[in-house]
Amino acid sequence: MSSRLAKGGRLIDRGAMRDFTFNGKRMKGMEGDTLASALLANDQVMMGRSFKYHRPRGVVASGAEEPNALMGIGTDGHFEPNQRATTQELFEGLTAESQNHWPSLEFDVGAVNAKLSRFFPAGFYYKTFLWPRSFWEKVYEPIVRQAAGLGRAPKDRDADTYEHLYTFADVLVIGGGVAGLTAALEAGRAGAKVLVLEQTAHWGGRAPVDGGEIGGVSAEEHIAALVTELEGLPNVTLRLRCMGAGVYDHGYILGYERLTDHIADKSGPRHRLWRIRAAQVITATGAIERPLSFAGNDLPGVMLASAVRDYVVNFGVAPGDRVAVVTNNDDAYRTAFAMKEAGLDVAVILDAREAGGGALAIAAREAGIRVEPGRAVAKVLGGKRVTGVEICAQAGSGSTIETIPCDVVAMSGGWSPVVHLWSHCGGKLYWDTEHAMFRPDPEKAPTSHDGRAFVRCAGTANGEMLLSQVLKDAAAQGHAAALAAGFEGTPSGLPEVSEVAEIPLAPVWIMPAGASYDKRSKAWLDFQNDVKVSDIQLAAQEGYESVEHAKRYTTLGMATDQGKLSNINGLAILSDSLNEAIPQVGTTTFRPPYTPISMGAIAGQGRGETFQPLRRTPLHAWHEAHGVQWEPVGHWRRPYAFPQAGESTHEAVNREITTVREKVGLLDASTLGKIVVKGPDAGRFLDMLYTNMMSTLKPGRCRYGLMCNENGFLIDDGVVARIDENTFLCHTTTGGADTIHAHMEEWLQTEWWDMQVHVFNVTEQYGQIGVVGPLARQLLELLGTAEISKDELPFLGWADRLVGGIPCRLYRISFSGELSYELRVPAGQTLALWEALMEAGKALGVAPYGTEALHVLRAEKGFIMIGDETDGTVTPQDLNLHWAVSKKKEDFLGKRGQLRSHLSSPDRWKLVGLETLDGMVLEDGAYILDAGQNDRGQRNMQGRITSSYYSPTLGRGIAMALLKHGPDRMGETVQVTKLGAEPVAAKVVDPVFYDKDGEKQDV
Amino acid sequence: MLLLDCPCCGQRGEETEFHCGGEAHITREGPSSDDAAFEHYMFERVNPRGVHFERWRHVAGCGKWFHAARDTVTLEVWGTYPAQTSRPPEELLEKIRAARPGFKWRDIA
Amino acid sequence: MSDLTGPAPVTALGGAAFEGYVRVAEEPQRAMFTLRGDLSATAMKNAATGLAGVDMPGQGQAALNAERMVAWMSPDELLLTLPWAEHDKACAQLDATLGDPMLNWGDVSQARAHFSLSGPDGAVREVAAKLAPVDFSPAAFPQGSFRRSRMNQVAAAFWCPAPGRIEVICFRSVADYAFRLLSDAARPGSEVGLYA
Repeated sequence: MSSRLAKGGRLIDRGAMRDFTFNGKRMKGMEGDTLASALLANDQVMMGRSFKYHRPRGVVASGAEEPNALMGIGTDGHFEPNQRATTQELFEGLTAESQNHWPSLEFDVGAVNAKLSRFFPAGFYYKTFLWPRSFWEKVYEPIVRQAAGLGRAPKDRDADTYEHLYTFADVLVIGGGVAGLTAALEAGRAGAKVLVLEQTAHWGGRAPVDGGEIGGVSAEEHIAALVTELEGLPNVTLRLRCMGAGVYDHGYILGYERLTDHIADKSGPRHRLWRIRAAQVITATGAIERPLSFAGNDLPGVMLASAVRDYVVNFGVAPGDRVAVVTNNDDAYRTAFAMKEAGLDVAVILDAREAGGGALAIAAREAGIRVEPGRAVAKVLGGKRVTGVEICAQAGSGSTIETIPCDVVAMSGGWSPVVHLWSHCGGKLYWDTEHAMFRPDPEKAPTSHDGRAFVRCAGTANGEMLLSQVLKDAAAQGHAAALAAGFEGTPSGLPEVSEVAEIPLAPVWIMPAGASYDKRSKAWLDFQNDVKVSDIQLAAQEGYESVEHAKRYTTLGMATDQGKLSNINGLAILSDSLNEAIPQVGTTTFRPPYTPISMGAIAGQGRGETFQPLRRTPLHAWHEAHGVQWEPVGHWRRPYAFPQAGESTHEAVNREITTVREKVGLLDASTLGKIVVKGPDAGRFLDMLYTNMMSTLKPGRCRYGLMCNENGFLIDDGVVARIDENTFLCHTTTGGADTIHAHMEEWLQTEWWDMQVHVFNVTEQYGQIGVVGPLARQLLELLGTAEISKDELPFLGWADRLVGGIPCRLYRISFSGELSYELRVPAGQTLALWEALMEAGKALGVAPYGTEALHVLRAEKGFIMIGDETDGTVTPQDLNLHWAVSKKKEDFLGKRGQLRSHLSSPDRWKLVGLETLDGMVLEDGAYILDAGQNDRGQRNMQGRITSSYYSPTLGRGIAMALLKHGPDRMGETVQVTKLGAEPVAAKVVDPVFYDKDGEKQDV
Repeated sequence: MLLLDCPCCGQRGEETEFHCGGEAHITREGPSSDDAAFEHYMFERVNPRGVHFERWRHVAGCGKWFHAARDTVTLEVWGTYPAQTSRPPEELLEKIRAARPGFKWRDIA
Repeated sequence: MSDLTGPAPVTALGGAAFEGYVRVAEEPQRAMFTLRGDLSATAMKNAATGLAGVDMPGQGQAALNAERMVAWMSPDELLLTLPWAEHDKACAQLDATLGDPMLNWGDVSQARAHFSLSGPDGAVREVAAKLAPVDFSPAAFPQGSFRRSRMNQVAAAFWCPAPGRIEVICFRSVADYAFRLLSDAARPGSEVGLYA
């Protein structure tokens, strides 16, 4: 059984017991435990079930590479699935649940899949669910979804908060093991600004467990001294629980800091995403031990050799009482020593190498441990956990020589440097045959904005396996990084290292070498996705020769662990099947993040109220207090309507329209763009931007203008006011304020930089209030506004006046056809003016109106709206706005485009009005049918509805449409589509439905 | 994510502060141009693998347009220079020639 | 016509404040002008420095004296801030000084929301660093620095008037968004200790 040892455990505090629950069962652990070590201490060896066959699985690793022990952690809004028990620190009250089983972990119905595994070979999904196509949605997908495993999605809204942090470093060190700390110290001593990230809660990495003496003290003491010195350097920042998640272009790195995952108090931000720019990056990310591929290597109790000793040394936990070590290298012998030192049994060390191991093997024999060279595991015995191993010769086909009882198998197939971060941004690898591993190729490093290499690997991540070499390499890389970042300094001397020499491993990809199909189909490569040796061989046999194809066909390395344990082994099996060398087959692509990071961390502050900016006019709060119904317009919120008690939205809109037509309404027009164009060439510049002539406009006057892009299509419209000889004020649409300002700057800066013009976007400096309706003048006069008669301030004029004592600029412009003054007022006084107008207007029946009333009012007048009548493919001529396109001007933006054959074609769809014969409202966006069908068998179209409303003024539906040869077809009846119904008949009419002569606005 | 040095305000900013405006040094064709010239101006763009000259704007910054010369494969940025020119500065071209001998971009080599 | 006429202007958030591990506060109304043109022109320098009573700032700098500031916005733009009471006088003086048609100014006093972050210097810097892709370390952003960038999704300008203080402006319409972001970044319990 697995249990807590009576003593030992360098990371745990035996005095601090921690209660937690697993699948509802109460258990006890200790401060410093991981969830995995605490579960093992409670003899909970089985921790989950596999994805495809629902096989029982136990923890196999002790760190980020863990594929099996995935848990749902937390409750309610703090619940998160698929968390690795090996990286989840224990805290008081932690709740964990295992995944991928039904009805329980111990008894699972889906395990029947395993019995049928013959029918679930590689590529099963592709082969089985391909045909018939119609089956996919109704039959296959529900079955696959039901069976597909891993954790359940959280049901509650995420109760946690997250944040980002931008930071900058000369040298970023990823990994706080002995290599990372050594490199950091070297760079720090040279004066570089250094940031060190360590994904776990502890400094030192593997060195304290794996032993060796540095400078005459233990590795652990040496690390403590390194940390102390680094903490004393003001230019060095150290962060624990912060993973280097990804390395990107130009020295951009994401760090993923976990702030509350390890504590019960969840009040602070849960994760912080560090958005780092570093001149130089050192990845000191260590290495990951590889499993061995033998039959039954996925049974609970089969673990990586390094993980077994981690549990013993770090947590004082025995994964079992009696271990069988199986290895192809010297390093795994250390596990036997750790077990023995803890008072546990070592049944045997199976060393696949014919000649056996080096100095450590001799030491093992001297310690009385049974060592069997040239031997392998033929088969692991047991069901829900290991009960023993059958052993055989590695060289043969696997005939059992002997059965050895044990409850833990510690396996080691050698080490793979963690080259992920090196590879994220284009660093290349080479195959080191002697150590059977991919190593970073320093000649092919990722390069930055200046074309120079900006990532270097240090220590084990760089393929150095001996402590002395690790320290030497780390110091050299730290020094080199500081130099590359522009610092000087002399390298520090290296401490003495005492270590045991090791002899090379022998690559072992299948165990035993001649394993039968029966064995190969029970030898797992990818534990999480249930990919076996036989699956890769089948993929190769079926022609999936590219590593990227084999990966997708078998799903090798596609689980949440992204193949940290399986990729190299799978690759070796594939190259063996293809009779090619490993480097020829190559690796799959390493993509960030290194381990999954939370969506919350990526979103950061982009959640809830700050998900995106919401733009508010100075009257926003007033609208909210007066029953507004909002309409999103870009990031703005504009009032759609102001329904009163008992009123439907439609009724409110009709009332607002009638108020404007008969009395006076107030419109919050603050969102309209206000751009000041100033300078001696302002008129010349605007003549280029607008299709009509603006330079002839007289100061004090306003003119409606159109803007096109170079293609000739309409992009914006609005009223331009000339303020003085050198100054114009251009109104834009709400959406156009920023884009038209940018458009102006672009042309000024990049094409007409000789023009003497300055552009100021003053949109937000002012609020703008439309006072609209036959009583508008009367209302302004009630507020003491002087000189606003038709003669003093005529239609299309402007003047500065005090309204209720507030300084305003009054524009006599109208988008409704009624008498109208638009009042420009400083933003900070807009609310005061609005309230004064509302108060004074009570007697006149004033009411605020929203965008829907605005739309209907303008449609009744046949005024176009950018975005309704236009969609980026409509010209002014299409909208019968020829009068606003100058024929005199030699050039303006869009003039040449409008000469192109398609834009000048007489067959274009042009603006008309439409009235249904029965007065009903047409559907917005509906098509106008034409005779016949096109070559795809669809009904031909000859136009479409661009705006359609109920007009309370006319008591019927009105619409604007683009219709082929439209203006020539007045009075004709056309057929308009209606969703789910027969087409509707409509008559082609003049688009100006109301006050055709424009008399009402000019009073 | 790129780092760019804005030649107008001297700030080094990350890509999110900038907006790319596509190919640089395009000559505007006005109303007197023929269809072929106008279409070339409007629609035809190079898409080189290697050295490229682009327009960028420091949107979340000084607001100015500028030009950048960079390698579309390695993302190396050779330099940035003001927008008010119809050709890259000679010293920048020298630098690119030294690093990418024989490079050709439109009629620039 | 004077902007000092009529009711006193209200700021976007009416002087909202948040007490976090850094204090976030909307600043009172200030007069704020954009000056455009050749920054080396004598009239331009005179207009800016004369009103603010500070020297011309260099690129990336703000020259400050309490509420008076001249900040370098771009190669042809300055930002001038003054006490609100001097608004009208300043308008008149700008008109008078900037006679050249290519030296222009615009009133942006009410186009902006203006916030301050105050507290321990390191804490103030790290709150700003949570929101903008800018190096706010004391070495990279010393007193007198002025930097236009973005604050999450909106444009913003930051400056450091004194140790333990960073001021921010953004557009008025997004004042609420900006204030929420800043307050969230300054929330107790979210301290980083980056510049401690």
